[in-house]
Amino acid sequence: MNPAATSLGKDLIGLERLTAEQIRGILDTADPFKEISERAIKKVPVLRGKTIVNLFFEASTRTRISFEFAEKRLSADTVNIASTGSSVQKGETLVDTARNLEAMRIDMVVIRHGSSGAAQFLAERIPSNVINAGDGRHEHPTQALLDLLTLRDHLGRIEGLRVCIVGDVLHSRVARSNIWGLTKLGAEVAVCAPRTLLPIGVEDLGVHVFNRIEEAIEWADALNVLRLQLERMHAGFIPSLREYNRVFGVTRERLERAPRDVLILHPGPMNRGVEIDSDVADGPHSVILNQVTNGVAVRMAVLYLLAGGAPDRAEAAKAEG
Amino acid sequence: MSAEPQRQLLMDERAVTRTLARMAREIVELNAGVEALSLLGIQRRGVQLAERVADEIERAEGKRPPVGTLDITLYRDDLTAIGPRPILGETRLPEGGIDGRRLVIVDDVLYTGRTVRAALDELADFGRPDRIFLCVLVDRGGRELPIQPDVVGRVVQVRPGGRVEVLVPELDGRLAVELRGTEVTS
Repeated sequence: MNPAATSLGKDLIGLERLTAEQIRGILDTADPFKEISERAIKKVPVLRGKTIVNLFFEASTRTRISFEFAEKRLSADTVNIASTGSSVQKGETLVDTARNLEAMRIDMVVIRHGSSGAAQFLAERIPSNVINAGDGRHEHPTQALLDLLTLRDHLGRIEGLRVCIVGDVLHSRVARSNIWGLTKLGAEVAVCAPRTLLPIGVEDLGVHVFNRIEEAIEWADALNVLRLQLERMHAGFIPSLREYNRVFGVTRERLERAPRDVLILHPGPMNRGVEIDSDVADGPHSVILNQVTNGVAVRMAVLYLLAGGAPDRAEAAKAEG
Repeated sequence: MSAEPQRQLLMDERAVTRTLARMAREIVELNAGVEALSLLGIQRRGVQLAERVADEIERAEGKRPPVGTLDITLYRDDLTAIGPRPILGETRLPEGGIDGRRLVIVDDVLYTGRTVRAALDELADFGRPDRIFLCVLVDRGGRELPIQPDVVGRVVQVRPGGRVEVLVPELDGRLAVELRGTEVTS
């Protein structure tokens, strides 16, 4: 493997800009990081002395905690900042917040923000490494990477797989990052949702569109079931939650009619009984908790790859024992 | 077009095989038997050498010590200077763990001693062996830390520009030791 071709540069903003080789490089790096979380002492010293700020302007449990575990298991020092209870509430701008953090000599920023493009905006203005932990409807690259790793773990490959993303694609940065990552690695991708929850022109991203969940289940090797974003449902995208579950819900009855076992992924948090039924979420083909475990490993890999900065020199140094 | 880098054969397959057999005997002698003995190969080529040493010990003593693997990349002291290695090798402790064991670290080439320093730090996070030995196929000199091997295959003095490469069949198609880029001085 050519280290220069897998180098990520300064920031991780989205999978749209990465090459297939860079994405595979992250997944291959994440694999051995899984084992560290199984050790009695879950810590390696590789990021000792690095300071990382987790800047979360939007609510998050899983992603924030997963990043924090990843950072701590690599021995970095971490600070968490949420918008509530910080000077952001007093009207400070994103760039002022970041510049003040820079003035305290930090090394990396993990940012979650409600506006698409916020991570890029920040990355262009500060010298620290910036990792996008979800920006508006744009991208959530580490979520897609952990989905890819989980698919590869359970199905052995990405290339040639048929993966259908089910649900609120319109509002979903997870869907967007997954579509980029999956298509770059050679998977066939489909989406399935009511038309009101699909972006106009979604076909231009190179995906099939299924209007009926039964057809999607018949076609797919894996379903990535998105959360129906209830907080965004006031605008009348669907008639009712019960109606949505009846027409688009991933249920055991529907899966039992599939010609093959379908792997079930969900980025969480789940609305049980809405987009996914409990017997599916807890069923034998669900890898939802494996996704959570893989999330820590993927984030460790990304932090590790960004922190060093010059992997092209690594191979030469390796030979020096 | 670049010229073929200068390359010199230090040990052929038969020489490496004989040397590993002697090193296996020395390990058993140092440990006064195979009791509580475990081997730990450093990624990457130390792993294949450790397996071969274990084979030799089994041939001589009738009992094969457990073999594990250790990747020390995350314990290196030069991440910022040289950047991350994109792929890490597997770390798998020998069967029975390392607590209370007499552990032999096996590596291909001993040079600055920094790899061994990293390995010792990593092992301290895994447990407490009774004793740790260091076993290397080639000691090329040039130490930067006060670290010395207990069992050595061959000692050569190589100038800093040169590289000693241990080749193993599993990764390189053959078993040999080569010197690249400079002359051996002794």
